[in-house]
Amino acid sequence: MIIAADTGGNYVAAAYVVFLALVLIYVAIMAVKLARIERELGELNELAERREDRDEVEALQ
Amino acid sequence: MIGTEAPPVPRNRTPARFGTVVAALIRKDLRVELRTGESVPAMALFTVSTFVLFHFGLDRDELRGDLAAGVLWVTLLFAAVLGINRLFVAEREEGGFEGFLLAPVDRTALFVAKAAVLLAFLVAVEIVAVPAFGVLLLGAVPDLPELLAVLALADLGIAVVGTLVSALAVQTRARDLIVPLLALPLMIPLVIAAARGSAPLLDGGGFEERWALILGLYDLVFGLIALAVFDFLLED
Amino acid sequence: MFGRGLKTLSILSAVLVTLALSLAFFYAPEDADQGIRQKIFYIHVPMAIVALCGFVAGGIFGILYLRTRDRAHDLRSYVAIHLSLILGVGVLLTGAIWAKTSWGHWWLWDEPTLVSFLIVFLLFACYQPLRFSIEDPERQSRYAAVFSIVAGAWVPINFIAVRFAQEANTHPRVLNASGGDLPGEMRLTFLVSLVAMAVLAVTLWKYELTSKHASMQLRALRRKLTREEDDLPAAAPRSAAPQHL
Repeated sequence: MIIAADTGGNYVAAAYVVFLALVLIYVAIMAVKLARIERELGELNELAERREDRDEVEALQ
Repeated sequence: MIGTEAPPVPRNRTPARFGTVVAALIRKDLRVELRTGESVPAMALFTVSTFVLFHFGLDRDELRGDLAAGVLWVTLLFAAVLGINRLFVAEREEGGFEGFLLAPVDRTALFVAKAAVLLAFLVAVEIVAVPAFGVLLLGAVPDLPELLAVLALADLGIAVVGTLVSALAVQTRARDLIVPLLALPLMIPLVIAAARGSAPLLDGGGFEERWALILGLYDLVFGLIALAVFDFLLED
Repeated sequence: MFGRGLKTLSILSAVLVTLALSLAFFYAPEDADQGIRQKIFYIHVPMAIVALCGFVAGGIFGILYLRTRDRAHDLRSYVAIHLSLILGVGVLLTGAIWAKTSWGHWWLWDEPTLVSFLIVFLLFACYQPLRFSIEDPERQSRYAAVFSIVAGAWVPINFIAVRFAQEANTHPRVLNASGGDLPGEMRLTFLVSLVAMAVLAVTLWKYELTSKHASMQLRALRRKLTREEDDLPAAAPRSAAPQHL
């Protein structure tokens, strides 16, 4: 049972959707990684700041 | 004065010749196998059991051509995997790798020796398996010389790729699983050529040289790659 | 380091992909027998070609790693193989869709590209588990490089063998991948699609390299800043990907 030539359009769309979905999933995974990097950079920044404050306090004593 | 003479210099300071090392390694492994019989009998028994399985699985008394070639090659391949799994186990468990690395020899010698041993195992298994196949399942008279040529070329390919995969897998944690997972896809081109090449031979038909050429190409390419790359697997 | 040129590449990808899609749907004529179904060809075949090149590139970076021991090459190899595997899934899915439209089945043993890709997928799907099963990072990179070289060389051999196997059965090939007998508009569309897919793949590859490298540097920074009195979570667990350059 061969799909008629003119109704194949849905299947073509499906193929392109597969491609798009793969690319978008990739982008989504990268986005999650980027968010995690941002969060960790924030933590490290905070850590560095706390250390600066501590060193200042120690220097004053 | 006494005690100031230089100590005697040992005579054999030059690194051992490649051929000698390979021969020594092969002799050692073959001796172990002859004494303990760990691999070859199991592999041979496995092939016969598999033939019986196929008889029941396919519900056939006799196979010819394509079907015969398929059954034969798949069985041989799975039996090979059994042997490949065990190829480097002794080195791994008894410190053979470290000992080998300390010796002033070309590391590729280990590859050549192991591949030769695996080849010997495969030939030994086939001496049992092919006649068994002929008796149990084959429904035609095979073209023996060409069939032997196909077997030889394919065995060479299995030996090369099998040794490489074995060395790769032996240092990982999931050794027994990695071997079939890697070896089977890698050997699909080989099985294609071997099966297609032997199919007419198991049907009383002619022989297509192109499959022998593909097998030869496979052996050559993977042989060269293995020689180039094996050293890197042995570094500490 | 890896991110240089990423902006240009992304813009180029966007432009080329848009161009390719427009050409495919508004410029290239409909195929006489297959009708609109043939349009799948502009996505399926470029994906296949780029994926195959990606696997071979993974092998080449493996060679470079073994020769220079520069772990950047190991990372490039890892990402190339990883990306090509994803593209490979796409090839199998779009190929199955094609098979369904042409023959009504979701699979065709007659189509050498499809069959080769199934086998290629089976082999390269082991790459990450193999890496993961080796804990020592230096050995992991080394063994992965050996695998990528062997597998990379195997890809063309596999293709040739499968192709010969199909020819021996004298079944006609459904997908006309060669540019030989394509009319002009179709050939142009195909070439643009191929270039677009290649540029997109390189962009995504660089994207992932940059992201992974950023994570690595973050981990290194964390290690430098952490002392015993600080209350930070422990180091990252075992991973299949290279952890530091």
